[in-house]
Amino acid sequence: MAGAIPRQMPGKTAYINAHLIDPATGLDEKGALLSDGENIADVGPGLFRVGNGWQVPDGVETVDCAGQYLSPGFVDIRVEVGEPGQEHKGTLASAGRAATGGGITTMVCLPNTDPVIDDMSVVEFVARRARKLGLTKVYPYGALTKGARGQELAEIGMLSEAGAVAFTDGIHATANARVMAQAMSYAATFDLMIIQHPEEPQLTEDGVMNQGELATRLGLSGIPKQAEIIMVERDIRLAEMTGARLHFAHVSTAESIDVIRKARAAGLPISCDTAPPYFALNETAVGDYRTFSKLSPPLRSEQDRQAVVAALVDGTIDAIASDHSPQDEEAKRVPFAQAAFGGVGLNTLLPLTLELAHNAHMSLIDAITLITSKPAQLMNLPAGRLEVGMAADLTVFDAERGWKVDSGKLMSKSQNTPFDGRPVQGMVLRTVVDGRTVFQLNDEA
Amino acid sequence: MTIDVSDFSAYPHRHLLGIEGLFPHEISFLLDRSESYVDQNRQADKKKSTLRGRTIINLFFENSTRTRTSFELAGKRLGADVINMSVATSAIKKGETLIDTAMTLNAMHPDVLVVRHPDSGAAKLLSEKVNCAVISGGDGRHEHPTQALLDALTIRRRRGDLAGLQVAICGDVLHSRVARSNIHLLNTMGARVRLIAPRTLIPDSIERMGVEVFYDMKEGLQDCDIVMMLRLQKERMQTSFFPSVREYFHFFGLDYEKLSVTKPDALIMHPGPMNRGVEIDSEVADDYGRSVIREQVEMGVAVRMACLEVLGLPREIDDSTVRNL
Repeated sequence: MAGAIPRQMPGKTAYINAHLIDPATGLDEKGALLSDGENIADVGPGLFRVGNGWQVPDGVETVDCAGQYLSPGFVDIRVEVGEPGQEHKGTLASAGRAATGGGITTMVCLPNTDPVIDDMSVVEFVARRARKLGLTKVYPYGALTKGARGQELAEIGMLSEAGAVAFTDGIHATANARVMAQAMSYAATFDLMIIQHPEEPQLTEDGVMNQGELATRLGLSGIPKQAEIIMVERDIRLAEMTGARLHFAHVSTAESIDVIRKARAAGLPISCDTAPPYFALNETAVGDYRTFSKLSPPLRSEQDRQAVVAALVDGTIDAIASDHSPQDEEAKRVPFAQAAFGGVGLNTLLPLTLELAHNAHMSLIDAITLITSKPAQLMNLPAGRLEVGMAADLTVFDAERGWKVDSGKLMSKSQNTPFDGRPVQGMVLRTVVDGRTVFQLNDEA
Repeated sequence: MTIDVSDFSAYPHRHLLGIEGLFPHEISFLLDRSESYVDQNRQADKKKSTLRGRTIINLFFENSTRTRTSFELAGKRLGADVINMSVATSAIKKGETLIDTAMTLNAMHPDVLVVRHPDSGAAKLLSEKVNCAVISGGDGRHEHPTQALLDALTIRRRRGDLAGLQVAICGDVLHSRVARSNIHLLNTMGARVRLIAPRTLIPDSIERMGVEVFYDMKEGLQDCDIVMMLRLQKERMQTSFFPSVREYFHFFGLDYEKLSVTKPDALIMHPGPMNRGVEIDSEVADDYGRSVIREQVEMGVAVRMACLEVLGLPREIDDSTVRNL
């Protein structure tokens, strides 16, 4: 399928009659964009504008956006891919297709593959495979420790040279305090960022959902929110001690957000992201043992959900990532305690992020910022802006159009969405990577 | 003899997966049906043909002697064909086995599946995969509905009514499906429930289920009508919930000294199997003036006969009841 995409240098394309959204500059008005080859050549409200109409020079291909939004392609900084090693759950090709269908043009994938991305050859493998597919751009995180086992440091300096954007043990917390302190101290040498999955594993050992009344009623072992709070508090102390740049992935509790808010106010280089389930769902989604709602961290209380929304509004949370974690049927059609953690998220990143705007928590451009310029800036990626000279990675979307999330009809290989059946608004119409259209909504389908 | 099934619509649910969500009249209906079997079980000829031609499969993924025997006897006394399947569970492949086994058994057209499984929610999952009625014989720490029903029948026969009684449930509540089912049933029927255990064995926010929690036996047992002891489930304890059995018994084991504060005629119950000298003193357990532990076992057969009869015979089922039963 990937081979069908033409790879010759694209010509000039004019995207006219668009509602331009560029969070980096605050651009939020009607206009046009011109790509030349793989890059953005011009953009602005006056471009190709003649009176009330549009005039594009001969020889330039024209895409009429029909007044819909045109924004930088989305940047997703937390994706589990499955390749290499877990191809039955998802591959770079299947994730790439699901991502382009979700308007995502850049994604950063976790190192929890098999083999783990703790070696330069694996970094290069992922980069080469992704380039060849020509879909969404893929950047890997490097494992912070060998085998992501939390014991010995991986060669993070050389991994960084090979293209790893930051360092994390991915779905596992780097739990040993001494290892984490040394990793942070060493990473600070090269000004590399460390990402923590904040969860004290000793406290979560047999836990399968948020600790509380519902877990007690269902007879499921609970994961206390203190597991996250403790790890955030500990690592902030270590960041203070070592001077390392530290990022917390998918924060989910009111208290850990408070701790991060205070640390940032004190000037520490701490950042964090969250994922749609933590601002759009709460623990009641587990219902009567819905394994698609078994996530890590677990879905929390309604009070925690509201705190996550508030932190997105006040900027304590820097970005939204899909936290895409494909699991096959075998891993989810089992009793809840045995089911794998994780949910797919590439296809639903846009509409769920837009819920923040639709529910009047923030403006549309602020919501889009959280999945474009902010995450790109965090990970220092050349993406997320409509800037002349940058790659023409673009997404055209209809912010209003409604659809129903349907596990079984998503574009990813695995279908384990915690949002199954949810009516959402926001549909991707076209996705452009390096000036080439890699996804276009087929309305007949 | 024929059975009038017209009143079976009093229990309109396809399955019996838990007590949570059942209405008082549904519980009373099951208890009334059970009552009718107590005398039959005491006669020389215990067999009826109510379920003749029906197939009941006991599917046990967890070791059990008494519950399985009780269901088996109940099915046989109603004239059904009863098959016992014990599925050895390897730690890794349990889940797969559950669905696979369910599909295989379903193809044999059973009328009732009785399932016990070490994971909470397993009975529910299985019920979604088969066409017959499913009765939970206990799933993880979630529910054990027939145990709560037999406990209720035992109490009702001794005390006439459940409403207004003060019941203390003592011990390993954290790992106990018996405790959860009993909390639901007793609250639904108007009894008041107290839990007594060390904090490590009390699950988070359980007071939201409508119980009072005590950490001291004598405080909690004060003026109770019923004392339900729970089995300490050491096999489910990977970490240290208390320092030693000796210390546990000292503070939380039921002995005459602690019993002295209950109502003088308080009944002592235990779902079995007992750990004598751990959660209950041997003498207390065998005090037939107060201990109704053997009666519970007897009521178990009657209750399971009622459940198998109601769920095994054709009746009107209201699938609009979305209370996951």
